[in-house]
Amino acid sequence: MDFNMFLQHLANGISLGGLYALIAIGYTMVYGILRLINFAHGDIFMMSAYMAFYGISLFALPWYMSFVLTIPLAAILGMAVERVAYRPLREAPRISTLISAIGVSLLLENVGIVVFGGRPKAFPRPPLFAQEWNFKGVRILSLTFFIIAISCVLLVGVFYLVYRTKTGRAMRAVAWDFEVARLMGINVNQVISLTFAIGSILAAAGSIMWGMKFPQLLPLMGVIPGLKCFIAAVVGGIGSIPGAMLGGFLLGVGEIMIVAFFPELAGFKYAFAYLALILILLLKPTGLLGKVVEEKA
Amino acid sequence: MRKQIPRILTIISILVFFLFLWWAEANLDPYLRRILNLIAINIIWAVTFNLIFGYTGQFSLGHAGFIAIGAYVTALLTLSPAQKEQSYFLSPCIWPLSNIQWPFLPSLILGALLAGVFGILIGIPSLQLHGDYMALVTLGFAEVIRVINMNLQSITNGSLGLKGIPEYTNLFWSWGCAIFTIFIVWMLGNSSYGRAFKAIREDEIAAETTGISVFRHKLMAFVIAAMFTGLGGGLFANLISTIDPNLFSFLLSYQVLTVVVLGGVGSITGNILASTIYVSLFELLRPIDQPMTFGSLTIPGRPGMRMVLFSIIFLVVILFYRRGLMGSNEFSWQWLFSKLRPIFKRRRMEQGE
Repeated sequence: MDFNMFLQHLANGISLGGLYALIAIGYTMVYGILRLINFAHGDIFMMSAYMAFYGISLFALPWYMSFVLTIPLAAILGMAVERVAYRPLREAPRISTLISAIGVSLLLENVGIVVFGGRPKAFPRPPLFAQEWNFKGVRILSLTFFIIAISCVLLVGVFYLVYRTKTGRAMRAVAWDFEVARLMGINVNQVISLTFAIGSILAAAGSIMWGMKFPQLLPLMGVIPGLKCFIAAVVGGIGSIPGAMLGGFLLGVGEIMIVAFFPELAGFKYAFAYLALILILLLKPTGLLGKVVEEKA
Repeated sequence: MRKQIPRILTIISILVFFLFLWWAEANLDPYLRRILNLIAINIIWAVTFNLIFGYTGQFSLGHAGFIAIGAYVTALLTLSPAQKEQSYFLSPCIWPLSNIQWPFLPSLILGALLAGVFGILIGIPSLQLHGDYMALVTLGFAEVIRVINMNLQSITNGSLGLKGIPEYTNLFWSWGCAIFTIFIVWMLGNSSYGRAFKAIREDEIAAETTGISVFRHKLMAFVIAAMFTGLGGGLFANLISTIDPNLFSFLLSYQVLTVVVLGGVGSITGNILASTIYVSLFELLRPIDQPMTFGSLTIPGRPGMRMVLFSIIFLVVILFYRRGLMGSNEFSWQWLFSKLRPIFKRRRMEQGE
């Protein structure tokens, strides 16, 4: 493998990692606040990809309109899931919320199968993203470049929101302690809704770019990226936003590099993410950047 | 003597049930027999899930993995060498597997034992974790098993799957295994081990301070559940006769979870009822996947409608009726008597007048 090839793989890995990071943040923020693995997150990702697809194909919108409209719709879907399936169980044992999350995920997947059909749909790739750019022999698809750029902008945006604004401070307070945050006059339910909205917005942005990168839409397409991104969040340290970003990039680059260096292991690619998870949980359960979190009752 | 009555009644009802099976095996059409078989297999899976989750309180989503191991081992051992040669056209089956064919019972037992071995291997790391992490790691292990099954071309035939598995499973096998599983889990639940499991479920730290070896008990429940799940998997493979790795995805684990939640976590009676209802409803609702006509209005058929309905039921149960059908209550003859007694009493009074 020559150096140019390596750079090409690296760019590919970073763009995949950026997508993982976007989705992983949704998991880590929800886990930080509710101590809940939001199993439905991967399905919100799937739903947004289909929304963007139907915006273009069914409603004949120009692609940028469709992409822009998908984002608020995904946010509404995320908030609706929280309102319907998680809020009534706020006081219930944690495991019930987890089962409810699995139920929502199952519902969204099956609705996807019924409404969108089981046959794969081809996601359109606008010409802007289909050019091939050549940097001194390193050939990169313009999409790869855009994915890296857009992910970075969004990640910086989330960072700013969470660590530099008043809303972000409220979110961190709720994640720290529910009850005390409520006593300080924070509207906990509103903050939780907002968290779900932000997570879904990032997932929607990720899913549109994912759709252009891997242009095949299936009702179950959200499950595996969803699980992988949760793994990325755990690897980085659950509850920590920089951790989710780091985990996402590590997983993306690692996955591409393993296949690039050992092509014969390509079939086991998916198993590696899980082995990484199991090792991390057993050896360093707090993840790379995580703090020790005690279980909320 | 009084204490013996429920036991005798149980034995009699099981015998009557087997008489029914004997009749069913000879007289019912294959479709109905298949449904009955599926009910029995789902009961096995639900009861074992209940042993881990309902009794011991460990939320494991790895059922599909154990089912896959049981199914693949049993299928590979019962498949005829000729059939193997025919199916493995990408890469031939490796040597000892390629020319053995075992009878059903030893294959089932080996399938269950190997599932148990995997239960130990998976249980030791994942039982160190708690709650949702444990769920995620067991789900992960099950998915790793699926990926391995996809890629071991010369052992499992990869994504091509296995065809022509002899259809050994009949009502006696499936219900026999189901009743055996129920019996073992029931006895385990009412033994000192079972009380230790429940103590762990209620409070792990308190259980440890009373001298229960928490990890050993968790592992024991996990491994026994894995073994019987594998047994169910073996029955399943020899019932449907065609398996491929994607059959045993996380969706299968979710299905088992759905059944257990519907029936009520911690109740074997609930598991049995919910498995029966789930499998029968699944078949009864088949028409809603097909086009329907109301007068001049035609609703086009949508395959998958049934699953939407089931996920809605699942959500409604978990949101509004968390106890499920049975809560953690069990059927008992005493309960039946106490329900029947007033009816008989009234009749006797009417006769006396």
